Amino acid sequence: MQRNPQLNDKGALTHLLSIEGLPREILLQILDTAESFAGVTEREVKKVPLLRGKSVFNLFFEASTRTRTTFEIAAKRLSADVINLNIALSSQTKGESLLDTVANLSAMQADIFVVRHAASGAPFLIARHVKPHEHVVNAGDGRHAHPTQGLLDLFTIRHYKKDFTRLTVAVVGDVLHSRVARSLIHGLTTLGVPEVRVIAPQTLLPAGVEALGVKVFHDMRRGLRDCDVVVMLRLQSERMKGALLPSEQEYFKHYGLNLDKLALAKPDAIVMHPGPMNRGVEIDSSVADGPHSVILPQVTFGIAVRMAVMSIVAGN
Amino acid sequence: MKLHIKNGRVVDPASAKDGVGDLFISDGKISSESGKADRVIDAKGLVVAPGLIDVCARLREPGFEYKARLESEMEAAVAGGVTSLACPPDTDPPLDEPGLVDMLRRRAKALERARVYPMGALTVKLKGERLTEMAELAQAGCVAFSQANIPLADTQVLWRALQYASTFGLATWLRAEDPWLARGGVAHDGEIATRLGLPGIPAFAETVALGGMLELVRATRARLHVCRLSTAGAVEMMRAAKKEGLPVTCDVSVHHLHLCDMDLGYFDANCRLEPPLRGQRDRDALARALADGTIDVVCSDHTPVDDDAKHLPFAEAEPGATALELLLPLTLKWAEAQKLPLAKALARVTCDAARVLGVKGGTLASGVPADIVVFDPGAAQRITPQALRSQGRNTPFIGHELAGRVRYTIVEGKVVHEA
Amino acid sequence: MKTLPEAEKLCQQLVKELKPRVGPKTAMVGLYTGGVWLAERLHKELGIAAPLGTMDIAFYRDDYAARGLKHDPKRTKIPFDVNGAELLLVDDVLYSGRTVRAAMNELFDYGRPASVTLVVLADRGGRQLPICAQHCGARVDVPPGMRLTLKREDSGKLALALETDRAA
Repeated sequence: MQRNPQLNDKGALTHLLSIEGLPREILLQILDTAESFAGVTEREVKKVPLLRGKSVFNLFFEASTRTRTTFEIAAKRLSADVINLNIALSSQTKGESLLDTVANLSAMQADIFVVRHAASGAPFLIARHVKPHEHVVNAGDGRHAHPTQGLLDLFTIRHYKKDFTRLTVAVVGDVLHSRVARSLIHGLTTLGVPEVRVIAPQTLLPAGVEALGVKVFHDMRRGLRDCDVVVMLRLQSERMKGALLPSEQEYFKHYGLNLDKLALAKPDAIVMHPGPMNRGVEIDSSVADGPHSVILPQVTFGIAVRMAVMSIVAGN
Repeated sequence: MKLHIKNGRVVDPASAKDGVGDLFISDGKISSESGKADRVIDAKGLVVAPGLIDVCARLREPGFEYKARLESEMEAAVAGGVTSLACPPDTDPPLDEPGLVDMLRRRAKALERARVYPMGALTVKLKGERLTEMAELAQAGCVAFSQANIPLADTQVLWRALQYASTFGLATWLRAEDPWLARGGVAHDGEIATRLGLPGIPAFAETVALGGMLELVRATRARLHVCRLSTAGAVEMMRAAKKEGLPVTCDVSVHHLHLCDMDLGYFDANCRLEPPLRGQRDRDALARALADGTIDVVCSDHTPVDDDAKHLPFAEAEPGATALELLLPLTLKWAEAQKLPLAKALARVTCDAARVLGVKGGTLASGVPADIVVFDPGAAQRITPQALRSQGRNTPFIGHELAGRVRYTIVEGKVVHEA
Repeated sequence: MKTLPEAEKLCQQLVKELKPRVGPKTAMVGLYTGGVWLAERLHKELGIAAPLGTMDIAFYRDDYAARGLKHDPKRTKIPFDVNGAELLLVDDVLYSGRTVRAAMNELFDYGRPASVTLVVLADRGGRQLPICAQHCGARVDVPPGMRLTLKREDSGKLALALETDRAA
């Protein structure tokens, strides 16, 4: 079997492509480093000089303002130069291949490529073709992985709950299409969470999902019982067209999170969401804005986590 | 030209012959008379067998010349010991007109390499709507009719096509895949596709379609060959169908014989194939079924792809792999794993292949055209892009070491390849 | 080889020296890890009002390009306003001066102190930058290939030690 392309021959992280395949130690290294960066945002000068003179290219083949912005903020706080490339509108439509685009940017002295792409595996392809000093950070590929989101979710859970080994975590919603869910599940199982649950209708669960190490629930009330952490996934409206669900209303009734259902979880349970939220579809406003919600802190932690990821890979 | 191949281990699967001996060729045929030869080939330590018959290899002409040309692919064929091959109709334009078929056959014949048996399109432009002039196409040289990898969803058209083909005693070659269940999928729907986040094609996409096709065969008694089996479920259905006496045969590709979805690794686009590589259990069932004859033949499913079309994210990469030159070593590898005698294993790429194609050949009987391969079963070679003669360099077996090196390939009594 | 000076004695010596300097604007920052241990003792014994600051210079080092990011950075905590403060910057061993350079850069990203005074337990020489400690416990000669470090026992007792320098 091939060596994990994310690690260099010393076993250190040189690309971040997926949480799956990363040893525990590296996940913890990222979380601990992010912890240190969390303090930076509280000072007057919110920058550290670590990546000064380095260039971070945001290659977003799939549009996203939120994720791109947090990567940009994180890179700037490391004093890096940031170049944003909204590829969807430029060379790709002229038919330039993915690797040609990357090669052209590489010729402009890139250090880090932050890549988001609609096709699973695209960052792996790029990582196979970049120069040794160039690093790839996956900002989301198809339905495969969104490792920085997974890491910031883990960071958030650790921040509020401290000990992974005593938790019951539920991931609710469209697991089939969700790269966020896959990354989070890999992270939780690697860090020793004893019970990871997925709650969704049959149509939204991928084949062999139990093999990821999760317990499947179709009944949300049963699935939420005694949970410490509830992670709500976004439901995209396209799912109605694909004969996967009949309507948002029926979905909200059975799989949406409201205070009533949340009461079944532990009294100090936290509610998370990768954003952007569809209020009234997967989550009720009373929960999203309520005391259990840590959705906004997730965003803040996301910057520290992305700073940690970029500073670790760029140094290897 | 009189040829004498001496001291070789002569293996003729059709007659179950396997022993050291001599072979004589004169006037392009296998001859029983010994005597002075113009050329003597010392085949000591080598196997002398009928030339391989590959029931599916894409030559990419007409229309896809940037992927491959007849010249390179025919070189690849004879370098791999393949003396006859059948090519599917998915060229551009598709082989739905006698003129195109004729032109292809002439081009191939002029190169004086392997024999080419074209498969005609079952429907016009492979669109699945109107029938082609199958009788005319058969007269132009088509040995059977096929939809290649393009689904024929309209079951009524499928029924009529089977009926029409059977009117003229012609066989229909079809892949079993329900287009709606397979829609959007690029990998086997299972644990690996889930981990990799790839849209899946469930195993029942194959069995649902196969069930329907077998029912139509029951009703029409049309001769059907099922192409590129990929699931254990389909194997069982074929076993039952044959037991029932239905006029059906089937094949498997060398890839599905050896690989499964775990081989996708970190999104290796060389493993992007149609049908997708399935689970370990499926692979093992296919390997056993080829051994016990439930699956009649193994083919290369040779599909050269240009590098640009493979250097893409998995789902965007073009499916297909180059395999003409790997048919022999991969058949030998399968035989070893199944502990099969050489004669039985080679049957699956010689006499059995001739049988399902409905052509002569694949034997070493006296008087038949001399299509022969002489190979070293023990010599191993590392598969590298540079070593391949095909224009397509993409195969999941890059870097693998495989045993079975062709030393001589003879077509119609002429040595067309030697190494 | 000469024996190493006793850390506890040097610590007491520093307390005596620093006592007259402590005023209402005084604040102290210790550098991980040895500097923090030392700073905790000094801070307590000097009775400084402002809470103790602790600093990890991981993000300000000058060897990132060669060595990458340090494996386990601690979190810098400066729980007082740096602007206008008379800072006592505390570290265990002063050597090339690069750690102090990084620490000063980091401090200035928090604000503009009125002054920065460097306090170290031991100075082993070997400066590569124009840095000096205004308060120093002792000069210590270190044989080549060795490192001078501060150790803290379970009882809290501080001691200097020599180790082989693996990072050399």
